[in-house]
Amino acid sequence: MNSAPSPAPTDSAAPLLNVAGLSKSFGPVQVLKGIDLVVEAGQVHAIIGENGAGKSTLMKILSGHLQPTDGGIRIDGQPVVFSGPVDAEHRGIVLVHQEILLAPDLTVAQNVYLGREIAKGLVVDDKTMNEGARKAIRELGGDIDPTVTVGRLSIAQRQLVQIARSLLVPHRLVIFDEPTASLTPVETEALLKVIADIRAKGTAVLYISHRLPEVKRIADKVTVLRDGRLVTTRDASEVEPVDMARLMVGRDVAKLYPDRAATGAREVVLEVEDMSVPGYAEHASFQLRKGEILGFAGLVGAGRTELMEGMVGLRTARGTVRLAGKPASFVNVHDSMKAGIAYLSEDRKGKGLLLTKDLKLNLTLASLGRFVRWWQVDRTREREALDKAIAEFDIRTGRKDLLAGQLSGGNQQKLLLAKMMMLDPSIVIIDEPTRGIDIGTKEQIYKFIAGLAAEGRSIIVVSSEMPELIGLCDRILVMRTGHIVGEVAGDHMTENEIVVLATGVQAGEAA
Amino acid sequence: MTETAAATAKARRSWKDVDLRAVAPFVALALLLVLGAFANPNFISVDNLLNVLTRSAFIAIIAVGATFVISAGGLDLSVGSMVAFVASLTILFMNSGAVTDPMMTIVAAAVLAIAIGAACGLANGLITTVGRIEPFIATLGTMGIYRGLTTWLSQGGAITLRNPEVQSLYRPVYFGEILGVPFPIYVIVITAAIGAFVLYRTRYGRHVVAVGSNEDVAHYSGIPVSRVRTLTYVIQGLCVAVACLIYIPRLGSTSATTGLMWELQAITAVVVGGTALRGGVGRIWGTICGAFILEIVGNIMLLSNFVSEYLLGAIQGAIIIIAMLVQRSLVRKS
Repeated sequence: MNSAPSPAPTDSAAPLLNVAGLSKSFGPVQVLKGIDLVVEAGQVHAIIGENGAGKSTLMKILSGHLQPTDGGIRIDGQPVVFSGPVDAEHRGIVLVHQEILLAPDLTVAQNVYLGREIAKGLVVDDKTMNEGARKAIRELGGDIDPTVTVGRLSIAQRQLVQIARSLLVPHRLVIFDEPTASLTPVETEALLKVIADIRAKGTAVLYISHRLPEVKRIADKVTVLRDGRLVTTRDASEVEPVDMARLMVGRDVAKLYPDRAATGAREVVLEVEDMSVPGYAEHASFQLRKGEILGFAGLVGAGRTELMEGMVGLRTARGTVRLAGKPASFVNVHDSMKAGIAYLSEDRKGKGLLLTKDLKLNLTLASLGRFVRWWQVDRTREREALDKAIAEFDIRTGRKDLLAGQLSGGNQQKLLLAKMMMLDPSIVIIDEPTRGIDIGTKEQIYKFIAGLAAEGRSIIVVSSEMPELIGLCDRILVMRTGHIVGEVAGDHMTENEIVVLATGVQAGEAA
Repeated sequence: MTETAAATAKARRSWKDVDLRAVAPFVALALLLVLGAFANPNFISVDNLLNVLTRSAFIAIIAVGATFVISAGGLDLSVGSMVAFVASLTILFMNSGAVTDPMMTIVAAAVLAIAIGAACGLANGLITTVGRIEPFIATLGTMGIYRGLTTWLSQGGAITLRNPEVQSLYRPVYFGEILGVPFPIYVIVITAAIGAFVLYRTRYGRHVVAVGSNEDVAHYSGIPVSRVRTLTYVIQGLCVAVACLIYIPRLGSTSATTGLMWELQAITAVVVGGTALRGGVGRIWGTICGAFILEIVGNIMLLSNFVSEYLLGAIQGAIIIIAMLVQRSLVRKS
C-alpha cells in the first residue's frame, strides 16, 4: 500500500491495459463477445451494465481468475497471459471483491496480512503488522484499531480493511466490484474519496457499479456492456446518468417509477404504538393506511429492518400493534402471516429463498397449508401455482425445474415476491426491494409494488436508496439510531431533507 | 400441444438430469451383489440374501429415523444406547408380570416401548432446540446417559426375558415368515414406506427439508423451526422403538453392550444412501439401500476368504469416508 507502483519497464506510448477482441464462453454460452478496452494510468474507468451483461466475467478475466476463450490482454504494450490471480497481482492488478472475504475471528491486522505475514524468525511480528495495518487504513482515510477482531466492525469498516489488504501489494490497476452496494451515503462518500486518492497517485481504477450518479461523479471514462458486448466507451463528462441507463438497457428508461393515483384519506389498517426492539429500535409509532405506500429511510444500522422484524414477530419486541383498530400480538412470524402481514427480508439469499431447492418448493413454502389435501402436498396444484406466478410476476426462467439459486438476482426477488403473495396479505413489507437488481427489473418491481397498492393492499418499503423511496412512496418516515425522527411527504420528499433527518446533520455541516 | 411439450420435457429430464447422487447407492448395491456372487456362489442364493436383509433390519429401521434427523440438519449419536435402554425397560416390564395374559403382555410392552422411545427422542430434541445445545454434544451426552442407565438396570450383567409363554408367542416377530419372506423384512418396507410418505409427500416433510436446507429461510417463511426439529428426534425415537420390538425376540435378552456402535452404522447407512450430512436432502430408500450395503459387505467378508471378518469395523469406517468422497465428486460434476 505504501509502496509506489511497481517499477515495471514502461513503454510510455502504450496504455497501461489494452484488451483486444476478448471473448469468453462457458460451454455453448458466450458471455463476452469481442471486448476492446483501453485503460490509462491515473484514470477511473467505470464499467456499467445490467446483471448478466458480463461485467463480473470481464473483471475475473482481468484479475486472472478466469482465462479468456479468445482475444488478448496487453500490459504496457506487452502481451500477457495470467496463470491465476496471484500472477495478475504480481503484474500489479488487484481486485477488491464485492463480498467481504475476511476471517471474522482474526484481528484487523491479522486479516490485512493474512497469507503474507511478516515474521521475525519463527514468530510473527505482530507489532510491525499492527503498525502497517494502522498506517494502511489511515491512508484510506479510516481510523480502525488494528488489534480489534474484524467480527466487531461495521460493514463499511470491514470493506476498508479489505481494501487496505488488497492495496498492500504493489499495484498499478485496482478493480472495484460494486464497492458501494452495501454502504450508506456517508460511507459511500468516504469510499469515493479513497478512490480519488488512489487515482491521484497515478494508479488506474476499474470501477463497477449500479449507481449511475456515483459513476458520473467519479469516473473519467465509462464503458457500457450489454449482453456480453461492448456498447460504447465515452468520456464520463459527455454522458448523464439517464443516458447511461438507456445505453445499459437498450431502450428508454426515463420513467422508472410508475404513475400512481393520489390516495385520499383512507382508513388506517395498521397502527404501531411505542414499539421497541431491544438494542435496535425504541418507542416507534406509526400508522399505515389502506392502499398506501409508506417508505422507511435511514442509514444502515438505523434499526429499520429490526423494527419491522420485531413488529411481525421475527424478533423480541415490546409495543402495541393494532390491525384495523383491533389489538394484535404476534409471538412469532406465523401469527403475523395469518393476520395478513407478509415481510420480505432484505437478505434474499440468506433468509428469503432456499437457493438449492427448485422454484416450486420455494414458491409454496410459506403457504404450504393451502396445498395440503388428504395429508399430502398436492403437487399438481403446486405446479399450477408456479405457472401462474411465473406469468404474473414475469419470472424469467428457461426451465421450470431450475433451482432458485440459478435465477438472476432480479428474478429471485420476483420469486420471493410471488412466494409471499401466495399468502394473500393485506399488508406487505418489502425490505430493500431492489438491492443488487438491474434497472430493467427494478422498473418491473416498482410496477408490481404500485400494482399491489392499487389493489388496496398497504405497502411498507424499507430502502437505503432514496430516489427509490421518493419515486415510489406516498410518505416517508426517517429513522436514526433506533428512533423515528421525522416524516416527509409531498414536496418535502427530497434527498436533502431525508439526509438531514437521517444523519441529524445539516447538509452544509457534513464533513 | 402443451401435453406433448410436457412429455418431451419429461423425457429430456429423465435422460439428462438423473441425479447421480440418488442413483449411486443402488449402483453400488448392484456391484456388491455381483462381487458377492463371484466371491462365493452361496452368497447369491435366495436364503442367504433373505437372511442378510433380515439382519439389516435393525440398522435399516433406525436409519429411517436418522434420515429425518440428518435431513433437518441435526445428528443423533444416542440411538445405539437408546436401543439398549428401551429394550431393557421393555424386557423388565414383560418380566414384571404386571399384565398376566401373554398376548396382552406383548401388546402392552409394545405400547410401552414406543412411548419410551418417543420420550427418549423428545428429550434429545428438547435439549438441542430449547436448550440450544449442538446436536453432536447433546446426543453425545444422552448416549452416555442411556447407556449408563442400561448398565445400572442390568447391574452389569444381562436382562433376559424369562416368561416362556411370552417368549414363544413373541418369537415369530423376528423368526416368523409370511409367504416365505421373514417378518422383519416387512417391517423394514413398511417403516420406509411410511417414512418416505411423510418426508416426500406431507407438509411436515417439506418443512424438515426446508429447515435442514436453510434454517433462516424456514423461520422467515413462518415454519416453526424448533418444533420441526424436535419432532425429527421423536421420529428417530419411534424408529428405535420399532427396531427394539423386533430385536428383543431375536436374543431375548439385553446387556450393557447391546446396540454398541449402532449409531455409527445408522449414520453410515444414511450417508451412503445419498442424504447430505449438512441437511436439506433426505433419501429414505437410499438409506435402506445403505443399510443393505453395510450388511452385505459383512456377509461377503464372512463368506469369502480374502479379508478377515475381524476387519469388518474398519471396512465399515472406510465405507462412510468413500461414500462422502463419491458424494462430493458427484456434486462437482452436476
